[in-house]
Amino acid sequence: MRWRVRRTPTANGGLLQQALSYALLHRAELLAQTRTHVELAFGALALAIVLAYPLGVWISGRRRISAAALGTASALRVVPSLGILALLLPVLGVGTPPSLVALVILALPPILVNVDAGYRGVEPAALDAAAAMGMTRWQLFLYVQTPLALPVFLTGVRGAVVEVVASATLAAFIGGGGLGETIITGMQVDNQAQLLVGGLLVALLALSAELLIVLIERSIPWRRMRHS
Amino acid sequence: MASIRFAGVRVAYPGAARPAVDGVTLAIPSACLAVLLGPSGCGKTTLLRTINRLQPIDGGRIEIDGRDTAGLDPIALRRRIGYVIQAVGLFPHLTVAQNVAVVPNLLGWDSQRVSERVDTLLAQVSLDPQSFRDRYPSQLSGGQQQRVGIARALAAEPSILLMDEPFGSVDAIVRASLQKETLALQRRTGATILFVTHDVEEALSLADMLVVMRDGHFEQTGTPAEILTHPATPFVAELVDADDALRRLSVITLGELTASAARGTPLPEEPGTIPALDAGVSLRAALAVMLETGAPRVRVMHDGREAAVLDLDTLRNAVRR
Ligand SMILES: Nc1ncnc2c1ncn2[C@@H]1O[C@H](COP(=O)(O)OP(=O)(O)OP(=O)(O)O)[C@@H](O)[C@H]1O
Ligand SMILES: [Mg+2]
Repeated sequence: MRWRVRRTPTANGGLLQQALSYALLHRAELLAQTRTHVELAFGALALAIVLAYPLGVWISGRRRISAAALGTASALRVVPSLGILALLLPVLGVGTPPSLVALVILALPPILVNVDAGYRGVEPAALDAAAAMGMTRWQLFLYVQTPLALPVFLTGVRGAVVEVVASATLAAFIGGGGLGETIITGMQVDNQAQLLVGGLLVALLALSAELLIVLIERSIPWRRMRHS
Repeated sequence: MASIRFAGVRVAYPGAARPAVDGVTLAIPSACLAVLLGPSGCGKTTLLRTINRLQPIDGGRIEIDGRDTAGLDPIALRRRIGYVIQAVGLFPHLTVAQNVAVVPNLLGWDSQRVSERVDTLLAQVSLDPQSFRDRYPSQLSGGQQQRVGIARALAAEPSILLMDEPFGSVDAIVRASLQKETLALQRRTGATILFVTHDVEEALSLADMLVVMRDGHFEQTGTPAEILTHPATPFVAELVDADDALRRLSVITLGELTASAARGTPLPEEPGTIPALDAGVSLRAALAVMLETGAPRVRVMHDGREAAVLDLDTLRNAVRR
């Protein structure tokens, strides 16, 4: 007996065609969802950076506290996104605020870990030289530590951004909006084309966000040190 | 112009069995090139860092130009003291020019003056400004990085220069040329230099004042010739290899010897057949010339005129102890 998966050109063309017409038909709605999705993701990312950056700088100079904070952060990473949403639901209800909080919790660990690693990894000799040249603590932070920690920080942002854009899909479950709405209703009504459109748009967003960060990383001339 | 004085300076790291610097006293006059020589771990770096207050002291006092540094603003103090750190420590995120410009920028020089200064300094440490200005430290060899480190320390024309094994990672040839440049620079700027090394040859060839350090204290202080000819302890004698006659010859110049010795008697031979050497040449170099040419004596020239005639016997007496 011969098994054969039937993939006729008409079937493929059919799905793509359906997806395309779905997209065209719902373009206003999709645009609005994309916008909400981006706002949620980047709002969460910005909040996470604002919270994690100073915290990361602070813990980077304190070994014991740093170990505890990084432990907590990696524990947070284990909790699935959906779990976070479920936990937040009774506290914050539905809508944008709990979605944002959940996404911030997702984005925090990679940023925190990398800010800490970035500042901790600054070459001691460079710090020593800076102090010897009469830099104040603030000048040291601004002109030496921060630029040298920047590449590592950006790597953390890159990790966080993909995670947050992908997970923002789940916000739709608790009324936070975004492209998740298209995907969820697509699943409910079993509309393959609709699912495809939603999934592709999320993937496209995640990829472009990552590409953006990669471009920023590449533009840093000192990003990769040759060890001589 | 700056003199440095240590008075009973002591540094004890927490938890250490004994102090890293154990009550040292020394006066370094202005425009002197003092070399700290001693084995690894004897406290050279620690002592150096007390001068610009990177290392707090647990006893004694340090004066610069007669003023206790404890009463000075450490930030301002550091900006007028050049420091070449042991690990070079260039800023990896700044270009060569930006590295050199750090202190002038901190001092608020205008950009035109900074840029001119950077080019001058790079040329002084034998790096072509055109091709090196815009490179990053990772694009330089170890020796080139050390040159940039020296240029950076010199940038704001400091009157005191601290150099911690500045030529550690370069080969013998580059090392010799950097030593020559350091001497020339010191003569030109009149800076007071405190130079750390555990290379005996380097210490002997550079030092106006040689300080032999051991386990946190000064074993002996003096000119290289004094220390080689009269080592105070067996440790010093062994460290500088004072038994080596050639080494002793290498730290005395023709001028120093003939100034004390009687003038040579006029010679019957044609002056042209006797090698003429400048008074600044070492006895060791003079001996080499005699061995090479077979000449039994050399003429010692001072400012182009014959000041004395030196023969093998005089050399032999000079090296005998
Ligand atoms: N930050 C520190 N904390 C504790 N002990 C230190 C510290 N720095 C140096 N020491 C100790 O103090 C002593 C002197 O160290 P120092 O770095 O001054 O030696 P050094 O003469 O410069 O040696 P080297 O030639 O290897 O550079 C050593 O025993 C060293 O282990
Ligand atoms: Mg040292």
